[in-house]
Amino acid sequence: MIAALAFYAFAAVLVTSAAMVVTSRNPVHAVLFLILAFFNAAGLFLLAGAEFLALILVIVYVGAVAVLFLFVVMMLDVNFAEMRSGFVRYLPVGGAIGVVLLAELLIVGLAWTVSPEAPRLLAAPIPEGVTNTQALGRVIYTDYIYLFQAAGLVLLVAMIGAIVLTLRDRPGTKRQDVTRQIDRSRRDTLDMISVPSGQGMTVPPKPEVAKPESPKPPEPAHTSHGGGHH
Amino acid sequence: MQSFFATPFGTLVFTVGAILVIMVPVLIGVAYLTYAERKVLAAMQLRRGPNIVGPFGLFQPFADAIKLMMKETIVPTGSNRVLFLMAPMLTFALALIAWAVIPFGEGLVLADINVGVLYLFAISSLGVYGIIIAGWASNSKYAFLGALRSAAQMVSYEVSIGFVIITVLLCVGSLNLSEVVMAQQGLWFAIPLFPMFVVFFISALAETNRAPFDLPEGESEIVAGFFVEYSSMSFALFFLGEYANMILMSAMTTILFLGGWLPPFDIAPFTWLPGPIWFVLKICLCLFVFLWVRATFPRYRYDQLMRLGWKVFLPFSLLWVVLTAAVLMAFGWLPGQA
Repeated sequence: MIAALAFYAFAAVLVTSAAMVVTSRNPVHAVLFLILAFFNAAGLFLLAGAEFLALILVIVYVGAVAVLFLFVVMMLDVNFAEMRSGFVRYLPVGGAIGVVLLAELLIVGLAWTVSPEAPRLLAAPIPEGVTNTQALGRVIYTDYIYLFQAAGLVLLVAMIGAIVLTLRDRPGTKRQDVTRQIDRSRRDTLDMISVPSGQGMTVPPKPEVAKPESPKPPEPAHTSHGGGHH
Repeated sequence: MQSFFATPFGTLVFTVGAILVIMVPVLIGVAYLTYAERKVLAAMQLRRGPNIVGPFGLFQPFADAIKLMMKETIVPTGSNRVLFLMAPMLTFALALIAWAVIPFGEGLVLADINVGVLYLFAISSLGVYGIIIAGWASNSKYAFLGALRSAAQMVSYEVSIGFVIITVLLCVGSLNLSEVVMAQQGLWFAIPLFPMFVVFFISALAETNRAPFDLPEGESEIVAGFFVEYSSMSFALFFLGEYANMILMSAMTTILFLGGWLPPFDIAPFTWLPGPIWFVLKICLCLFVFLWVRATFPRYRYDQLMRLGWKVFLPFSLLWVVLTAAVLMAFGWLPGQA
């Protein structure tokens, strides 16, 4: 009884928040409703006994993908008044496209038949004595390992593509080269000069190559600072 | 009595009781963590710290809490009211619900679920929402900058935390937290997986927005970051959530690497202390390191923080996952392979 109640609660909130995603005016609210929808979908997975899928859904979609959505959407500067202007002008074309899409969906939907073999597949049981995490792992990484690897390659290509499209070498950007920075020693950069009091001095030009053999006795800090008093 | 707890109502009463038994010590722990932080920082800076309210200043946390409750809750005019008030509640709730799966001792766990590690990982990855919603709903530049920093930072460090967790799971062969602890009998994972232990701890600092990674707050650059507009209880909830998260991350470190409730050696003087006490002691040790780090290191620069996450930790932890898997495979140590 409690499971049934939970199912209807999750399902109702899921459908409502999914509707709110497309209808809410504020894009940030839309993303937040999307997150709510993800959560309720995870709840449905839990009820179906697929706790691994439920948590992976939360981790991947809510914890990572939706954060990036929110990140981008929050920084958008959307002018709502401007978005609504021209509504009447675009209505005929937009409406026509909508009608065409709806017709296509109806044609596909009405021609849909369920194969008599399908229900048998739905009830694929998890093997005895194995948690569904292990069962999933076995299917993905043992039975269908090559298909899984192929899917990974497709994603890798997409990732490389995204990097190639967006990476550009901007001239003039200052970059920090950590290796070079750590590599510097005090001798390369620092000269301790004791300035005679009241006379000052001009800084001698730096020699092209630092001579490592010239011994520079380290002086106490106060002598080098002392000359600078006004 | 036994039959009463078997009825649905009895189960409800039992669960609520168990939740209270976990929540109340956690909240008291949070209160005294703020006190410990001030005392430890004071000791490290040769000051005294709070010492006026009560003996040794022990009532200071309660004085602070009462002060915060008495203050006026201010909701800025341009803010998004609902989200503005929801964000601190979300942060606080997320920091508490994670405790449901933490095993305090053998069998001492509220929900002994099969995917406990994933649950913890999921909850800790949700923590970013409280911050990002707070930053956006405040309708303030500083708050928004803090929120964006936080979002980028937490998403970056989550990746290496994920790899560290995978390494541990490879050695355990289960996602159940109690089994993670039991697998460490004889040898804590902190020893064979020491580099991952270090990576995990540093990532935990970044994940909880603690110094030296406290850029989302960065009081010298963006005043107080994402919670600059918050006052009174809404601020207190952020504060509580942040400290509860610190304790939670310490508990995670303890479970994954320091053998949970197990004593350091399975011989007489160490086995006299019960498991939960060992667990709490280890958490306290981790928390002390949190405070120690805060007193020691200056804040990172933002690009260096990102560099550390993506260019150092990510390749390093990925390499360790492969290495661990290879070693386990080569020597036939893979759990469940037998």
